[in-house]
Amino acid sequence: MAQPLWRCGVFMLALLPLLFWFYQAQQGLLGPDPGKVLLEHLGEGALILMLLTLSLTPLQRITLWSGWSLIRRQLGLWCFCYASLHLMSYLAFLLNFDFSRLNHELWERPYILLGFGAWLILLLLSLTSNAFSRRKLGKNWKLLHRLLYLGLVLALLHLLLILRSDFGSWMLYAGVGLILILNRLFGLRSP
Amino acid sequence: MLIHITPRSACRSSEITTETAYLSRRHFMAGTGLLLAGAAFPSLATETASRYEGVTPAPVPAWLAPKLAKTQWRTTEVSGEAITPFRDASQYNNFYEFGPEKRDPATHAHQLPTEPWSLIIDGEVAKPGRYALEDLFSPFTLQERIYRMRCVEAWSMVIPWLGFPLAELLKRVEPTSSAHYVGFETLNDPEHMPGIRSRFALINWPYVEGLRLDEAMHPLTLLAVGMYGRVLPNQNGAPLRLVVPWKYGFKSIKSIVRISLLSTQPRTTWQSMAPQEYGFYANVNPDVSHPRWSQAQERRLPNGVFSSNVRPTLVFNGYADEVASLYKGMDLKKDY
Ligand code: HEM
Repeated sequence: MAQPLWRCGVFMLALLPLLFWFYQAQQGLLGPDPGKVLLEHLGEGALILMLLTLSLTPLQRITLWSGWSLIRRQLGLWCFCYASLHLMSYLAFLLNFDFSRLNHELWERPYILLGFGAWLILLLLSLTSNAFSRRKLGKNWKLLHRLLYLGLVLALLHLLLILRSDFGSWMLYAGVGLILILNRLFGLRSP
Repeated sequence: MLIHITPRSACRSSEITTETAYLSRRHFMAGTGLLLAGAAFPSLATETASRYEGVTPAPVPAWLAPKLAKTQWRTTEVSGEAITPFRDASQYNNFYEFGPEKRDPATHAHQLPTEPWSLIIDGEVAKPGRYALEDLFSPFTLQERIYRMRCVEAWSMVIPWLGFPLAELLKRVEPTSSAHYVGFETLNDPEHMPGIRSRFALINWPYVEGLRLDEAMHPLTLLAVGMYGRVLPNQNGAPLRLVVPWKYGFKSIKSIVRISLLSTQPRTTWQSMAPQEYGFYANVNPDVSHPRWSQAQERRLPNGVFSSNVRPTLVFNGYADEVASLYKGMDLKKDY
């Protein structure tokens, strides 16, 4: 497949949910607490994008198709975008823009701190995702970007702490995450 | 302590707009619903149509129909605050027996058979037994109570309930002198409750709740059988649920199958799962922060993305005048 077409298609696919949710919110289709629903969709989206981003290298190895790595940076940035919108909906819909509460929220609620940690990692990796940083950082760039695995662990713990009655969906995400981490630690290495 | 209550008459313009917008948007839907139901239950359809907009009519059990006709409407009100549209109150629920998501109860609960239903009353009472609902409630008059409903997740609604004071029922079964607490238990029916069947459920079913006897006997404490002028939708706890308006919503246990009068304080479901998060009392209190959610404010539903409807949470959910005396001398920060 032509490279630009593939990249552009992935871009559209990643953008689509955001447009759809915005449309739903605008039409009043998200139920009586739409801000909370948006927050949840965006958090879940960020987590799925994180898992997808980390799946690309193993996928490339399994399918022997080099197209996967072409979208790695893009998906990583989408993950940051979803997570940032997730953070913004938290500030808007749950904190009601009352920033004086943020400090207390961060230190009193471990799940907020964990989420924030995961977001900081995504921020750092996004800022260093350009070609310039890559050149500048040399070998360290790869090490730095392995922090995404730590981000994944923080995000999974973040989700674990807010479960109420059922951990079925958490098991699914954590299971995929565990496979990815084990593969990174013990799986096939690139030559 | 000075308890601050915002004037009841303080009505925000945002509330009015939200509700009218909601109602007009679904006027069409409600209209067709009523037409269809009107064919099946003519008297009920006109009844609900005149009282609340957008209510899906439902058949009334034979024992309840004459009581519904003699209901004392609006015995308590929440003046100046808009009633939450029926659709929101019946489609945005926590009822984990039917699944973990807010929409799960409305999706799955209709499978639950609620008629006939019997209630076990046991423990420290002179007249224990298994009672059919119609026998239990036969002497009582149905009352409508409009209450605020505050969820521990920091959202709230205003709901018109139909029911009987729990005190009337308890007096009827005659608690003994050693009864100091009341325990409640929800139906545990894996066949009809997919949340219970889940292999990843964290809750140890059945769901149990409890009140101190004086809380249970308080005139505000209601055993509800209906809302919005009709019987309870299953997802709202049909056929019989508790409503304790000054406590967080999880205390208002749904689809009750057992009420036990007890000499010692029962251990409730949430208390045993996370004692540092959920106390026995669970009185609405903006000054006691829950480990996950700040309780200082609440999102009054329906809330909008573009126009938020956030209001300060009131001590005892605005019922301090009525109930604060129950807790005289207690440290509500410790006994949360
Ligand atoms: C920036 C810091 C973050 C904050 C303040 C934050 C805050 C929250 C809040 C308040 C909730 C809802 C909790 C509830 O249900 O009561 C939530 C849910 C969630 N968050 Fe975050 N979060 C942050 C970062 C992240 C990141 C980086 C990810 C993933 C990459 C993430 C993934 C999720 C997921 C999956 C949920 C559950 C959604 C659901 O219920 O379906 N969060 N977050």
